[in-house]
This record gives sequence, C-alpha cells and structure tokens, in this order.
Amino acid sequence: MTDLSLLLGPISALVFAPLIPGIINRTKAVAAGRTGQPLLQLYADLLRLFRKGAVYSRTTSWVFTAGPAAGLSCIAVSLTMLPMGGVPGAMAFTGDLIVMVYLMGLSRFFTAAAAMDTGSAFEGMGASREVQFSVLAEPALLVGLAAVALAAGPAGLFDAAPVVNGFRSLSEIYSGLTLSVWANDGAILLLAAAALFIVALTENCRIPVDDPTTHLELTMIHEVMVLDHSGPDFGMILYAAALKLWFFLALLSGLLIPVRSENLWINGISTIIGIFFLAVGVGLVESMMARLRLLRIPQLLAGALSLAALALVLVLWG
Amino acid sequence: MGILFWGSLAMILGSGMASLVLGRFSPWANRVGPFGVFLGCLMGLAPAMDVIVTGTVMSWSAAWRMPYGALSCRIDALSAFFLIPIFLVSGVSALYGSRYLKIHETTKNLGASWFFYSALVVSMALVVVARNGVLFLVVWEIMSLASFFLVTFEHEKESVRQAGWIYLTATHLGAVFLMVMFVWLAREAGSMDFDRFEAMRFHSAAIAGPVFILAVIGFGTKAGFIPFHVWLPEAHPAAPSHVSALMSGVMIKTGIYGLVRTLTFLSPPQIWWGWLLVGVGLTSGVIGVLFALAQHDLKRLLAYHSVENIGIIALGLGLGLIGTATHQPVLACLGFGGGLLHVLNHALFKGLLFLGAGSVLHATGTREMDRLGGLIKRMPWTSATFAAGSVAICGLPPLNGFISEFFIYVGAYHVLGRPDASIPSAGVIVGMAMIGTLAVACFTKVLGVVFLGEPRTEAAATAHESDWAMRMPMVALALGCVAVAAAAPWIVGLMSPIVAGVAGISAQAVTTHLQIIQEPLESVTWIGLLLVFGIAILAMLRKRLLAGRPIGRAGTWDCGYAAPSARMQYTSSSYAKPLIHLFDGILQTRTSYDAPVDLFPAHAALHTHTEDVFRRRIYEPLFHAVDRFRGSLHWMQEGRVQVYILYIAVTLVVLLIGGL
Repeated sequence: MTDLSLLLGPISALVFAPLIPGIINRTKAVAAGRTGQPLLQLYADLLRLFRKGAVYSRTTSWVFTAGPAAGLSCIAVSLTMLPMGGVPGAMAFTGDLIVMVYLMGLSRFFTAAAAMDTGSAFEGMGASREVQFSVLAEPALLVGLAAVALAAGPAGLFDAAPVVNGFRSLSEIYSGLTLSVWANDGAILLLAAAALFIVALTENCRIPVDDPTTHLELTMIHEVMVLDHSGPDFGMILYAAALKLWFFLALLSGLLIPVRSENLWINGISTIIGIFFLAVGVGLVESMMARLRLLRIPQLLAGALSLAALALVLVLWG
Repeated sequence: MGILFWGSLAMILGSGMASLVLGRFSPWANRVGPFGVFLGCLMGLAPAMDVIVTGTVMSWSAAWRMPYGALSCRIDALSAFFLIPIFLVSGVSALYGSRYLKIHETTKNLGASWFFYSALVVSMALVVVARNGVLFLVVWEIMSLASFFLVTFEHEKESVRQAGWIYLTATHLGAVFLMVMFVWLAREAGSMDFDRFEAMRFHSAAIAGPVFILAVIGFGTKAGFIPFHVWLPEAHPAAPSHVSALMSGVMIKTGIYGLVRTLTFLSPPQIWWGWLLVGVGLTSGVIGVLFALAQHDLKRLLAYHSVENIGIIALGLGLGLIGTATHQPVLACLGFGGGLLHVLNHALFKGLLFLGAGSVLHATGTREMDRLGGLIKRMPWTSATFAAGSVAICGLPPLNGFISEFFIYVGAYHVLGRPDASIPSAGVIVGMAMIGTLAVACFTKVLGVVFLGEPRTEAAATAHESDWAMRMPMVALALGCVAVAAAAPWIVGLMSPIVAGVAGISAQAVTTHLQIIQEPLESVTWIGLLLVFGIAILAMLRKRLLAGRPIGRAGTWDCGYAAPSARMQYTSSSYAKPLIHLFDGILQTRTSYDAPVDLFPAHAALHTHTEDVFRRRIYEPLFHAVDRFRGSLHWMQEGRVQVYILYIAVTLVVLLIGGL
C-alpha cells in the first residue's frame, strides 16, 4: 500500500502532465468565448513528434542534441523526490529540495547551451533572458520553501530555548503541513505560496513573464530557444516542459491543500485534483492579464523574492 | 613516508635548477623541468594521501640560527589536505606547460621559467607544512616572488609588466599585515612556533579579534577577498595559462590555508568573526560573479570567477565559525567541511578551465571571446572538458562543485530558525542561489560564445586541437571533478580529522555530526547516476526513433533572412546585457555608442568596458594620494651627501634625547 502510493507521484506526473497545458488552454478558450483546442491536444502533438524525422542545423554539435535529453532527464529525476501533498516522494532525503532546484539549473544550463549552439541571434536572446530571470526566481523559490519548512516544523521551534530542529526532506516538510499549521500560520503560507506561484509562472514561461502562444515576435524567451529543435527532440522538450509545469503546480497544490489523512491515496488524489484546479487558475490569470514589459519582469521577480523573504521574517520573528 | 615528501620537494627543485642551468644552452630545459616537476608531484601525493587515510602526523624539527623557535615542519591532516591539490594541479599543469611553452623554446630562456615554477611549487608545499612563523613568512615571500616572475613571463609587453607590478604591490601589502600578525602573536607567546601558538589558544578578545582581522586582510589579499582582489583580474590573464591554472587553482588557496591555520591558534571564535566572513563571502561571491559576467576576455572572466569561488569558501568558513561560536557543532562541521571541500573542488575545475582557456588561446591567439566561436567542431577535447568544468563550477549536479555547495546549503538550512544564526544562514541561502544562477548565466555565455555556434573570425575557423600533452591534463582534471562527486560519501569520512582540527572538536565527534549529510550524499550520488542513465536512455531512444527516418541538414532558422553571417550571432556582450543592466549600480559599465544614422548608415560602433570598481574608486585615488604625498617630500632628497649625514645626525640626536 505504502510502496504503491510512493509511485503515485511519478506515475501520475508522467501520465497526466500533458493534460495540464490542455486544461490551461481550454480555460483560456472558455474565458474568451472560443471552443479551443481539444483537452488532449498535447498528447496528440507528442505522438506526432515522436513519429517524425528531424532536421538539424549544420551549425549544431552534440550539445544541441544533448539539450532535450538532459532537460527531460533532469525533470524526470526531480519527480522521484517530489512529494504529492502528504504522499512522500520515492527518494526523499535531507536536502532534496536543494538537489531539485539545482537539477532545474542543470536543465537550464543545457537548454541555454543548446540554444547558443544554433548560432541564431533569436535563440541567443532567449537563452540570455532565461538565465537572467532565474537569478531572482531561484532565491525566491529556496527562501519560500525555507519559510514553509519552518512553518511546518515541530512545535516549540520558536521558544526562547534553542531547539535543534534540523533540516529535513521536502516530503517530511510537506507531511507536516496540516490544517492546524494553516490555522496558525496561514498568512505565512499564503505569502510563500504567492512567491511560489510567481516563480512557477516564470519557470514555466507563462503570462505575465512569457507568452507560450507566441513563438517569435513578442516574447523571445523560452519558446524561441527551441526554434531549431524538431521531431523527437522537440517532443522531449514539450514533454519536459509539461512535466516541469506539473512539478511546480504539485509543489503549490501540496502547500495549498492541507489534506493529511491516514490514507495516502486520499492525500495524493486530493493533491492531483488541486493541480487541475491550479491549472484552471493559471488559465484564468492568462485570460485576465497581458504579458508584462520585459524590463518590468525583474521587478515582478524581486517582488516574489520580497514576498518569500517576508514570509521567512514572519516565521522567524512573528 | 617522510623521506618521500622531502624527496619529492628535492626532485621538483632539483629539476627546476637543472632546467635553469640547461636553459641557456638547449631546448631540453623545457623537457627536464616539467617532467621532473611532474614526477616530483606524483611522489609528493603519496605521503599526503597517507596522512589523510591513516591519520598519522609527520613532523620534523631542527635547530636554526633564527630567533623565536626551531625550524619545524609538520604534515597534519589540514596540511595534507592542502598538499593534495597543490601537487595534483602543479603536476598536470607542468606537463601541459611543457607543450604550451614550446613555441617560446627558441626565443626565451625557458629554464628560468621552469626554475621559478619549481620554486613556486616547493614554496607552496612548504607554506602548508611550515610550523614556525619565520619559516612561514620566508616561504610565503618566496612563493610571492616566484609567482611574480612567472606572471611576467612575457615581460616585453607593457600590459604584462603593469599586471606584474600590481600583483607584487598587492601581495606585499598583504604580507605586511601578516608580519604584524605573527610578530604580535610571537610577542604574546614568546616564540614563533605554531605549536606554541596552538598551546596558547589566544582567547582574550583584545588579541584574538585584531589578529583575526589582520589574518583576514593579509591572507585575504592572497586569496582574493573583495576588496583585496584587484590583483587577480590583472595577474591571471597576464600569466601563461598553465601558471594561471596553478595560481588560481592552488596558490590563492594558500591564503585560505593561512586563515584556517590562524583560526586554530585562536579559540573560541567570536560570533562576529563568522558574520564578517559571511559578509566577505557574500560580497566576494556575488560581486565576483557579476564582474565575471561583464568581461569579454576569457581569462579575465575566469579570474573573477576565482573571486566568486573564494567567496563561497568564505561563506562555508563563516558558517563554520558561527557554528563553533554558538555551540552548534553540526553547523560548524558542515560549514568548515563545505568550505574546505570547495578548496579541493575549485582547484580541480578552475585548473581545468584555465588550461582549457590556454588551449583556446594557443589555437587561436586571442582571449577575446567575441572573436571566437564554433570551436567545438575543431577542438572537441578542449570543448568537452571545458563544458565539464563549466557544469562543475556552476555548482550543478552531478559534478563536484555541487557537493561542497550542498554542504553549505544543508548547514544553512539546518540552523535556520535558531535565533542566533538565522540571519547569516538566510543570507547564505539567498547569496548562494544568486551566485549559482549567475554562474550558470556566465558559463552558458562562455560555452555558447566561444565553443558553440559559428566561428566569428578566421582565427577561430582555422583553429586546431591541442596535442595529447595538453589534452591529457585537461582530461585528468575533468575526471577528477567526476571522481570527487562520485566518491562524495566516502570523502566525508576522510574529511573528519581535517574538520576536527579547525572546529576544535574530536574527529569522532565530527564523524557523528557529519552523519547528517552522509545519507543525503549517497542519495546525491544515486541521483547523479540516475541522471546520466536517464540521458543515455533518452539518447538511445532518440536514435532508435530516428533510425530509418529522414534526417535533414539545413541552415539555422533565421526567419527567412537572405544573407545570414556569423557576425549576426549573439555575442558575449549581448548575452550578458540584461543582467549587466540589472546590476549596473555595482558594475558601472562604460558604454560608448555611435548609433547608425540615416537610411544607409556608413558606420556604427558599440564599445562596453567594465573596469574594476574597487580599483577605480578606491585604489587609484589612494595610490595617487600617496604619490602626491611622496612628491611633496621631494625637497628633502637634496642629492648632497652632507645633507644626508645631517639627517642621520639629527635622527641620532633625537633618538638619544628620546631615549633619555
């Protein structure tokens, strides 16, 4: 029972992740009064791409083909550590959240290098912006999770007497996020969740940071970096992007939905339902606002970092 | 084993001297020197490994004519730990240098160069084993002078001489603080022996605090803490690349060694020391990597990255001090452990990167990144090893840079929530995350502009791969980066006695406290394996999927533009522009821009130049002021002997009256 539930996280991610862009797109379509593309569009796209041949630029080298494989491998490995709410990740260990964040960094490194490998100014521009935004997004993520970790920590942590709390795995932190924590420290968790939400939108190239529906003209961040990839390579990129979106939404959903029952299946399934609702939320955000000007994005991210820092300050001295 | 250590030093110095003698007559100087150094370094690794693995301490002592204590040396765990990168990087850089300097065989006296190289290696080894202040300062000075002569190898160039002077001045100003520090300690202890210092355990705040400050300034100048780093970005690019690798990879670490050794004299540490080092680490780390990002010169960029990595080491040591001062031994062990492990890691990957940069310079004749491009096709070995070094220096799994940063992160998270350590640890988390992501930005830039894409100039298009003598050292260091990461769970066990000496607790206790990271490191190793396995599976899958399907080759998609050229690629300046713009308050980049005008612009130009703010804003005004003051004393220098004798007489009289 426990062993099977450990596999719930990775398997649900691998199976349902391509559904999330479908839900977002459908939400946007409904909000705009359109019919929109089918919910399962991405599955069809992936199947088609994996059945196609490929075209490579004469400029490219092995780095170009390593990019998609490394990106997909990084996010797939991260999934083994991801808790689904109260369901611990399959490979939880102390400090796993650092490893996860750094695996995202590795995937960014390879994606940017693959983009530079084409010698295209467009892709260089995308890579340059991608690495710029992460400079503020990554600290916000680490600080936000630190605040959550402290809020969910053992009782008596903030007594005058020094208590060695120790550092735990993300799964243990998440299993400590019960309803009573929300009742006591709801404000802190909301601040951290807001920071995480902004980071999630940034890392997954959603509005207001990037616009995934434009390939070239307007945004030139993530989508432009993968212009030259085709066939199975591009399939891997799209699948990795869907998994990454799933990953961040699962982090948020586990934080926002404090279902921590005895039954791990209930915990896991409630988190998955939460992910679907969050996808609707992302769709609504995208329907309601436009993309920010590029120069404003660092300010938005600095805002996210401030929210996370505020959450940390509140949890330390509140 | 002791005989092996002294034998190795004799071998290194002997071959240096032989090379010096040969240098005037034959090109054999360039073979005898490096191979002797290489063999000597291999020999030297054995006793160092022996001390670390078996835990035995080797010591020697002899009387000498100098006052204040005996001539004594000792290899304890800490010394041995520093000896390993010294011998490792010196050995492989010597092999590399032999090939690298070959083009100078007919024009320059390479014997002298190899003599100073061997003197540098021997003096570095002696610095970390010296157990007497006088001996320490003497070998410290030899180390500075030997490296000065190595930096000024191409002394016919004005820029190289300038860099040499800056280095010489900086290193001597640093040494002044060290002399004051050792004399002060000796006055209290009555001897210059380190054993005596350790036994004294200076704990009165009136001595320990100022001594710590002196050590941070004196050793920090060698290590490259901001704002004492100004010599690094000058000296490292000026030196031949194998010397840059040696200086940046290991010589600056002797500064870290000195600081750590001084900490063993002072106990218990006060909490503000930790705060100070965390502050220094954050400043050096973030500002170092920002300046690196703004550079166009490949070796200058790498030099600023040394500042950044020294900052990470300082963060680790700072957290360790806070842990000791606030009685949180887990933090102490993780902080010191991470900081010290980063010394080894940085030696491996920075050595590798400088050798890679040298290989590029050797093949293309330029360090300007915007004149390169597409080297991965012509220089596959250099490119692949440089890519490995880049992943390692960015602190990304699955390579070694991540392991030491992981120590520091876990330490910081571990104490978050403790009132006395929360602020520095939160600062460390934010700082390390920023440093890491900025390093990713910087190295995707280097990799992308130098090695990927299309060649921007003829020189880059006709580059050739270096031969095996230059390739093997790079491959060896890259394998070292992999090995440290893969062996991390075992290395933790070996780190215990080293950390114990610094943290002032027993090795047994350190092993217990480091248990917290043992299991996570095993998981990290597994994750690294899983990652590589995943990439391999996906690559195979891709190959299977594409088998038998049409695979086209075409030009890069350029939106239908008719005449794309290599000059239209993103350059290092354009890649770094958004971040430079974001942090312009710190970097103060100067831009001169001739905008294209009219419908058919004939001319347009953009120049950006990021000078070192500390040099321009602090040191240049300061040294100009000193220069003016010196000029104002010029009237005293009459040039007549009688007047000088008068000065002597007046001085004597004043001293006599003062003495009465």
